[in-house]
Amino acid sequence: MTEAGPTVPFWKDERKLGIIFQILLLLAVLAVLAFLSYTAYRGMRARGLEFSFAFLFEESGFLISEGVTLANDGGGWIFRAFQPSDANWQVLLAGLINTLRVSLTGIVLTTILGVLVGVGRLSSNWLVNRLSFAYVEFVRNTPLLVQMIFWYLAVFNKMPPLRQAGEWYGFILSNKGMAVPWVATTPAWAQFSPFFYWGLYLWIGLWLVRAVWKPPRWLYWVVPAAAWALGLVVAGQMPVSLSTPVKQGFRVRGGALLSPEFSSVLLALTIYTASYIAEIVRGAIQSLPKGQWEAAASLGLSYGQTLRLIILPQALRIIVPPLGNQYLNLTKNSSLAIAVGFPELFNVYGTLANQTGRSLEGVLIVMAVYLSISLSISAFINWYNTHVALVGAAR
Amino acid sequence: MRKLLVLLAVLSLGLLGFAQQSRLDVVKQRGKLICGVNGGAPGFGFINEKTGSYEGFDVDFCKAVAAALFNDPNKVEYVALTAKVRFNAIQTGKVDVVFRNTTVTTSRDGSVGVDFLPVNFYDGQGVMVRKDLGVKSVFDLKGATVCTNQGTTTEKNWTDVDRAHHLGTKLITFEDFSRSFDGLLSGRCDAITTDKSGLVGWKAKAPNPDDLVILPETLSKEPLAGFTFQNDSKWRDALTWIVYATFQAEEFGITQANLSNMLKSTNPGIRRFLGVEGTLGEGLGLPNDFVARVIKHVGNYGEIYNRHLGPDSPFFIPRAGSLNAPYSQGGLIYSPPFR
Repeated sequence: MTEAGPTVPFWKDERKLGIIFQILLLLAVLAVLAFLSYTAYRGMRARGLEFSFAFLFEESGFLISEGVTLANDGGGWIFRAFQPSDANWQVLLAGLINTLRVSLTGIVLTTILGVLVGVGRLSSNWLVNRLSFAYVEFVRNTPLLVQMIFWYLAVFNKMPPLRQAGEWYGFILSNKGMAVPWVATTPAWAQFSPFFYWGLYLWIGLWLVRAVWKPPRWLYWVVPAAAWALGLVVAGQMPVSLSTPVKQGFRVRGGALLSPEFSSVLLALTIYTASYIAEIVRGAIQSLPKGQWEAAASLGLSYGQTLRLIILPQALRIIVPPLGNQYLNLTKNSSLAIAVGFPELFNVYGTLANQTGRSLEGVLIVMAVYLSISLSISAFINWYNTHVALVGAAR
Repeated sequence: MRKLLVLLAVLSLGLLGFAQQSRLDVVKQRGKLICGVNGGAPGFGFINEKTGSYEGFDVDFCKAVAAALFNDPNKVEYVALTAKVRFNAIQTGKVDVVFRNTTVTTSRDGSVGVDFLPVNFYDGQGVMVRKDLGVKSVFDLKGATVCTNQGTTTEKNWTDVDRAHHLGTKLITFEDFSRSFDGLLSGRCDAITTDKSGLVGWKAKAPNPDDLVILPETLSKEPLAGFTFQNDSKWRDALTWIVYATFQAEEFGITQANLSNMLKSTNPGIRRFLGVEGTLGEGLGLPNDFVARVIKHVGNYGEIYNRHLGPDSPFFIPRAGSLNAPYSQGGLIYSPPFR
């Protein structure tokens, strides 16, 4: 170590050369970025445009067909339906919430459907097997945008008009969407809500302190139940009631409405992504050694038991990373919803950019938001992956 | 690395040179005009299914510019633009000029950063519904679902109407107006809203036009005009006077048919206008006979109007008594003097 070796000139020192090239590469990347920004800046200057985010705080002044946003109702920040008197950032938030609503629901549904079809592909039942095969090959090989428009135009728009729509146990299915019974808050909710939220916070608190003090299991039930019971006593009557949809004029009142736009986006994303997940699941199951099936069979496990106890837990480790990719795809593909008029983030951005002229600023925000969503999903999948991998290794 | 730097240097030089030249010279050098139009607005800018080429009131203004510059109305490359991307197409320089039923507004002139040409069509926003709804007025639409296309003044206009009259409607915006129209026919949309001229065109395209009815109210002022870059007054001046030339030609009574006689006119105003004498075109960077070229290939304003929106066209929009009549007949079509 202390011996002075022959001095190596830096251009022959691989380690130094490596560092120099890294720096040069970084500079080149920065130069390209700087050049692009400068070009954009010059272009905007030449046409008398300025770069500013101040538009986010101006009134939006346009309606969107559905969406909730964060708003100050005078007493505090609450979530409520978007109104045209809200600011531009609030309409973007409403778009984001719609994106998350359709993506997260889609992720849950597509996982279930994908696993079912994937297992179905390997079923020894001929019909199930062929149906799953046909499903995967048909859905995977047609463009998502086409499928989305198909669901919208050929299915949801072809429902009967509201006036002629039938009612079944409070469900109304028409070309205005599917109305379902839903819980609605009553005036007593105002008194009840603090207890409701405190019960929830305490429950989350119990989860958080787990590392330090492990509460007994019954406490998880008793704490929120006690808070809500106290709330009921204070409120004196039921804070929520079942609201059944009723036809009224051009629309349905009460209940919850799944709009044709939302439904077609959700259905298209779910069905399309499930075909890919099915293939991932099938591949993972087939990659397991045949001996696993045979060993399970020799222990006397049934097909279902083998699948549930032996095969799927092992396949899960192979499934998780590519599954994460599909979740990312599903979320990003939700931006196609503009084709059927569902006001998700990208759709709302389109209107906003056009009304304010802030295309560049808007698209930067939209990109940053999609990036954050994608990175969050990635982080979650990576965390979950380490989680299942460790459990596997410990066995 | 060196190659990359050279490439960057060349690129930036190219861009710098580009930024300082007027678009007028660029277009002349290129030998054809790149014109943004509407690909699906019957009567204004659409593809004729029989001939496969762009046609319409707005398209004729692209042709007029090409005629003025190149003496050939077909030296145009059309770019179909959605309402949403039309301003970007100008901001990024993808097209030279846009004639695409666009309303002049303050914010578009200001913060969106485009410059408008003279208004060539005075329109107003209307609402169309299916007859079987039994709706007689816009104010009967309480709680209805209203559809339109994205990136238009109609979104905000409708929102204003909705707020002012507490209609509580649901507004669905599609990227493309044809989807709104499909929605109206299928019943997803109770009403659709856009410029009345547009509604007339769409109604004519319906399988059964009599099932649809345009409500009587006009919800807004929609002066439609072409637009181009901000900060390029040489190009904008040329375009502006080409549009005015069609107005003035109608006032002088110069048509495609009588142009050759008019060129022999002794009236000094007409001689100057047609470039027989004087240098009116030169000052604009145009040929002196640019007006004569426009009339020869495209005709005057009245001829353009009648060709696409007149009584013999499928998209008839009455002109007499409307704002689109010449000023001498109580309309607003008026050209400053060519002098």
